[in-house]
Amino acid sequence: MLLVLLLLPPMCWAVEVKRPRGVSLTNHHFYDESKPFTCLDGSASVPFDQVNDDYCDCKDGSDEPGTAACPNGSFHCTNTGYKPLYISSRWVNDGVCDCCDGTDEYNSGIVCENTCKEKGRKERETLQQMAEVTREGFRLKKILIEDWKRAREEKQKKLTELQAGKKSLEDQVELLRTLKEEAEKPEKEAKDQHRKLWEEQLTASKAQREQELATSAFQELDDDMDGAVSVAELQTHPELDTDGDGALSEGEAQTLLGGDTQTDAASFSDRIWAAIRDKYRSEVLPTDLPSPSVPALTEPKEEQPLVPSQPAEEEDEEEEETEEEEGGEEGEDEDSQETPPPVVPPQTVSPTEEDKMPPYDEQTQAFINAAQEARNKFEEAERSLKDVEESIRNLEQEISFDFGPNGEFAYLYSQCYELTTNEYVYRLCPFKLVSQKPKLGGSPTSLGTWGSWAGPDHDKFSAMKYEQGTGCWQGPNRSTTVRLLCGKETVVTSTTEPSRCEYLMELMTPAACPEPPPEPPASGNHDEL
Amino acid sequence: MDAAEKISVEDEAVDKKIFKDCSKIAFYRRQKQRLSKKSTYRALLDSVTEGKESTRFQIINEAAKVPLLAEVYGIEGNIFRLKINEETPLKPRYEVPDVLTSKPSTVRLISCSGDTGSLVLANGKGDLKCHITANPFKIDLVSEEEVVMSINSLGQLYFEQLQIPPKQSRATKENEEDTSDDTTQENQEELGLWEEKFRNFVDVKDNGPASIGLDFSLHGFEHVYGIPQHAESHQLKNTSDGDAYRLYNLDVYGYKIHDKMGIYGSVPYLLAHKLGRTLGIFWLNASETLVEINTEPAVKHALTQMGPVAAKEKGRSQTDVHWMSESGIIDVFLLTGPTPSDVFKQYSYLTGTQAMPPLFSLGYHQCRWNYKDEHDVKAVDAGFDEHDIPYDVMWLDIEHTEGKRYFTWNEKRFPNPKRMQELLRSKKRKLVVISDPHIKIDPDYLVYAKAKEQGFFVRNHEGGDFEGVCWPGLSSYLDFTSPKVREWYSSLFAFSVYQGSTDILYIWNDMNEPSVFRGPELTMQKNAIHHGNWEHRELHNIYGFYQQMATAEGLIQRSKGKERPFVLTRSFFAGSQKYGAVWTGDNTAEWSYLKISIPMLLTLSVTGISFCGADVGGFIGNPEAELLVRWYQAGAYQPFFRGHATKNTKRREPWLFGEEHTRLIQEAIRERYTLLPYWYSLFYSAHVASQPVMRPLWVEFPDELETFSVEDEYMLGSALLVHPVTEPKATVVDVFLPGSSEVWYDSKTFARWEGACTVKIPVALDTIPVFQRGGSVVPIKTTIGRSTGCMTDSPYGLRVALSTKGSAVGEFYLDDGHSFQYLHQKQFLHRKFSFASGVLINSCADKRGHYPSKCVVERILVLGLKKQPSSVTSHSPDGKAQPVAFTYCAKTSTLNLEKFSLNIGADWKVQIQ
Repeated sequence: MLLVLLLLPPMCWAVEVKRPRGVSLTNHHFYDESKPFTCLDGSASVPFDQVNDDYCDCKDGSDEPGTAACPNGSFHCTNTGYKPLYISSRWVNDGVCDCCDGTDEYNSGIVCENTCKEKGRKERETLQQMAEVTREGFRLKKILIEDWKRAREEKQKKLTELQAGKKSLEDQVELLRTLKEEAEKPEKEAKDQHRKLWEEQLTASKAQREQELATSAFQELDDDMDGAVSVAELQTHPELDTDGDGALSEGEAQTLLGGDTQTDAASFSDRIWAAIRDKYRSEVLPTDLPSPSVPALTEPKEEQPLVPSQPAEEEDEEEEETEEEEGGEEGEDEDSQETPPPVVPPQTVSPTEEDKMPPYDEQTQAFINAAQEARNKFEEAERSLKDVEESIRNLEQEISFDFGPNGEFAYLYSQCYELTTNEYVYRLCPFKLVSQKPKLGGSPTSLGTWGSWAGPDHDKFSAMKYEQGTGCWQGPNRSTTVRLLCGKETVVTSTTEPSRCEYLMELMTPAACPEPPPEPPASGNHDEL
Repeated sequence: MDAAEKISVEDEAVDKKIFKDCSKIAFYRRQKQRLSKKSTYRALLDSVTEGKESTRFQIINEAAKVPLLAEVYGIEGNIFRLKINEETPLKPRYEVPDVLTSKPSTVRLISCSGDTGSLVLANGKGDLKCHITANPFKIDLVSEEEVVMSINSLGQLYFEQLQIPPKQSRATKENEEDTSDDTTQENQEELGLWEEKFRNFVDVKDNGPASIGLDFSLHGFEHVYGIPQHAESHQLKNTSDGDAYRLYNLDVYGYKIHDKMGIYGSVPYLLAHKLGRTLGIFWLNASETLVEINTEPAVKHALTQMGPVAAKEKGRSQTDVHWMSESGIIDVFLLTGPTPSDVFKQYSYLTGTQAMPPLFSLGYHQCRWNYKDEHDVKAVDAGFDEHDIPYDVMWLDIEHTEGKRYFTWNEKRFPNPKRMQELLRSKKRKLVVISDPHIKIDPDYLVYAKAKEQGFFVRNHEGGDFEGVCWPGLSSYLDFTSPKVREWYSSLFAFSVYQGSTDILYIWNDMNEPSVFRGPELTMQKNAIHHGNWEHRELHNIYGFYQQMATAEGLIQRSKGKERPFVLTRSFFAGSQKYGAVWTGDNTAEWSYLKISIPMLLTLSVTGISFCGADVGGFIGNPEAELLVRWYQAGAYQPFFRGHATKNTKRREPWLFGEEHTRLIQEAIRERYTLLPYWYSLFYSAHVASQPVMRPLWVEFPDELETFSVEDEYMLGSALLVHPVTEPKATVVDVFLPGSSEVWYDSKTFARWEGACTVKIPVALDTIPVFQRGGSVVPIKTTIGRSTGCMTDSPYGLRVALSTKGSAVGEFYLDDGHSFQYLHQKQFLHRKFSFASGVLINSCADKRGHYPSKCVVERILVLGLKKQPSSVTSHSPDGKAQPVAFTYCAKTSTLNLEKFSLNIGADWKVQIQ
């Protein structure tokens, strides 16, 4: 509309209609020199010579359109060559040029240059450019709409296919699950049998080792080799002290001997050894071991890290533990190191070969292999099903997403756009997130994830809101409003932070282009076939 | 955000632990401890000598081996000055320079010895006397036979004489038995004589203990005011043990309210008022100072069983004021009044009057930390026009600079500062930019390099340049106490030196306590060294004063002495009024801070600083729309009117809170602009006659006891009573209208109220309760432009409010609004309006002034005219009589005279019959 007016030949303005200063052509008829003037709000009527007499008579300021007398009047500038404009009449003759034709400063001593022609020319250029952009943008938008229509149909089709395929996949998964479970039964039996055998073996050898230890201890203790350990002989081992005073008194020794004064080899190994074995220090061991490490030696190997150790060892240890945990999750097989903690003889530092479970026999291994194959097949099928389900979800989401009245914004769905400023790289992935990353490296900060369309009610699709970004110190979570502007290309044109942690981004896109008005016939450039 | 460091600093600043309370102040502990062991001073009256200017005598106490020298001066305008110093100190003690405007003229005191053991010094008229008692030493100030004040009557005179440091003294006097009780390790820790610890800081005191103290008993006084700056009530409260009023300039981000801790500035000046007399005590000391107040109210007569005389005796109330300073000398001025107005004149005789502000600075100021770039500035500026809200000044905080290097511009954000200023100039608006005292350590930064080269920085205890952290990171601090540094700093504001500056650019001095982020209590170490080898402790409180002084001088010089400067400062001292405006620092967007802004500004106002304000909306946090509106309404009636907000707040330009709130804010700002002629005239009165612009009620109604504690309303000049709404969702406010013989008019409804009563005024969100006092004439502008500069030629109106006797008077002042020509060429207009017996006369109030103005008085509103006139005639200077159109409203008894066109500067009269 405006464009049309501006493009009209200036001839139209040539006839100056005489009217009071500051009155527009449309209001001219209210100001009739031959009659008293009635305020436009009807509040009063004054002789016509009181119009523009620099004294405010009307409440609405309408008697002083051309002076600054009224606090609420309006001064009209014709601005020939540019847009006419109403300014507050208080700005008349205040020394500031407000109208491009300079008519508001007729008595303030300053001279305002008439810039209307120049402004008009620039305005027309801009409008023409904008019209061109809008035309081209709108053409692209129509293509985008068609593209999405097609893409949506394709996606719908693919969705239907996937949904059908999903059913047969589910059946297959069920079938493979049954097969897997069948194969696992013999596997479990064979493995259990194998383990049971080994555990029995282990218990026997442990008992034997213990017996040997008791015997050797008895022999060490039996200093006089009389085949019995007496209270006195026991007292040569102060580490067996029970009340913590560092010495083994006679009474304590006697208690250890079960109230007797001495014990023979059999009852020593049956009753007494178990009570003293953890404290007992063999006489044949090197005596220069630091004493704090003594208890550690008797602890199960797994807890050794509790003893201060070098950092490198600690790291190794941690890795080992992690590996063990992972092994545990995977299954019961191959866990030869996971045997119940053996009672380690004091001189043993690491598990010996005999503590490891022997490899499975051929038959068992065959069961295991078969079961593993069934498992692999099942898991593979299950994965495919999950993939299909994921694709269905994504497709459903995309198809049902609100991409604008005609889906013109759909093409932005899987794209990201960046804008680099002095300090930051801003990244907008429409319908997903906005982020900010320092240009010179550093991790990105979230400026919000997709929230909703956020334009005003009559123009909902003119802005997007991204919310719940990274929190600000003493402030809100970061959020971003993306304003969508009509453009031929899709590009982020600016990012600002008008309020702290509230960002404003501008995205040019053809999808935001309105339908251009029909081209005026004057500049008709129709392709006539 | 890139402000991680600043924020952590701010975070720290909110923490009160980083600031001292009295128990952490060694000189306070020392004085408390030693004063408990009474050892009184006596005056050696046989040592009295009468010098040309002063009367001198020695005073001595048993503990001190060397006597002190006391000097009593009589000063023009009924002022006494008492100085107490060591007679021959080890080295000179600091005496605060540059605060007194000139050497005060002394008047000869006539000495007449009274009884034995006393000396009486009287002024020429003999109505004022200093009665000096020898033992124990005491001075009574006697006015017309009434003892109004006693000095040292509580024996709290305290004076630590300079000593040789203990190590040295042991080396030199090895033979002497040193049994001084201060030297044990434990005692040293407690007394902090040579070293004082606080948190991680150690204050090594090369000069050792040097603190001073003195008490003043004010007889019959229960109301004392002054000693800013505290976020406290206007009337000073009694101080309990360990909770004295502290005067120590500190950067306290989001200071707590109702607290006696020191904040940004200090004026060591206290006023006391009772029926029939106002007094002032000006304690001229720039070191850390503590003030204890104790008021004993009058005993009720009804309670006494004794005769009337005894009852009178018993019933005497008293306020004791105890001053303690870390260092310097005792130099105290006693201002004897007797009226509030006299005391204001006496104080400004000593420290100067309020600088006459350029007119634009009385408009509205728009600030934010920070307007981002030129584009932002342009958009905000346009926003004011778009919403038709007048404003005068755009402000730029620290981010406008290149890395907080003051006097530079951030080239990316402000590539063309002159173009930006031209835009503002085209609307007759101004720009204010910040300039802080810390200078970034960067050899490539010219200001730093030049200052470094010339040794212009404060030095540290070790002799190198002091370095501290502030906004730019590691910085050095200009030593503004040096005249040479000030002269150089002033020269930086020359247009040729300050690139990108134009004559519409003015300055804001912030962080000048000084603020030092990692320093003790966020300020400078007390043993930093200034010009003349003075320690920072001696002059801490005056550092900011000097920066503003140098800045104002720089702005004057850049205009070759022609233009008035505008400089806002955060830190200040006695006399800062000479250099510009002060604001209350980093307040918070809460109702309680809006409320406390009134007593805080009243206190500044009575201590000489008329041009003061609080950040509208609250600097920290986000005000709700209602609070913001109420704050604009309050701010529109406070002298310095600036909206400001910190970095992490939401934008809050007036139009961002919906149409209704935009309109309310617009109205409040427009009221400000309507009253500009009144404001400007009030500032002239502050400038030439020392009367505060914003006045507590007791100043205008000194004989009405009910007014002495009022601080939720105040007088703007003598004509307007303002009671800002400071409560959320208020529907009614209780307004106290003082004066039994007064009448008051609601400035909106014109409703008339009798004085000496409290009225319930219903308030809507657009109500600002303002009342015009019967008997006053207030000049206004009838139309409002987009800035003060755009209103130069707009017409005037007069609001005449009649007293019970049917009369009214008022004054009006006008000049060019920006230059010193009012002063040097007497280019000003000072008019007087008086209304009596139905005739309003415009006459000249000062014949020395001439200033042509083409402005006319266009409307006159007469309030309280009980009878409808039959005719109104104007008589212009040439004697021509003309009938005047008028409308009369019987319901409100108001007469509206319209369509005048009488020049504001001409003699004319209007007759109402």
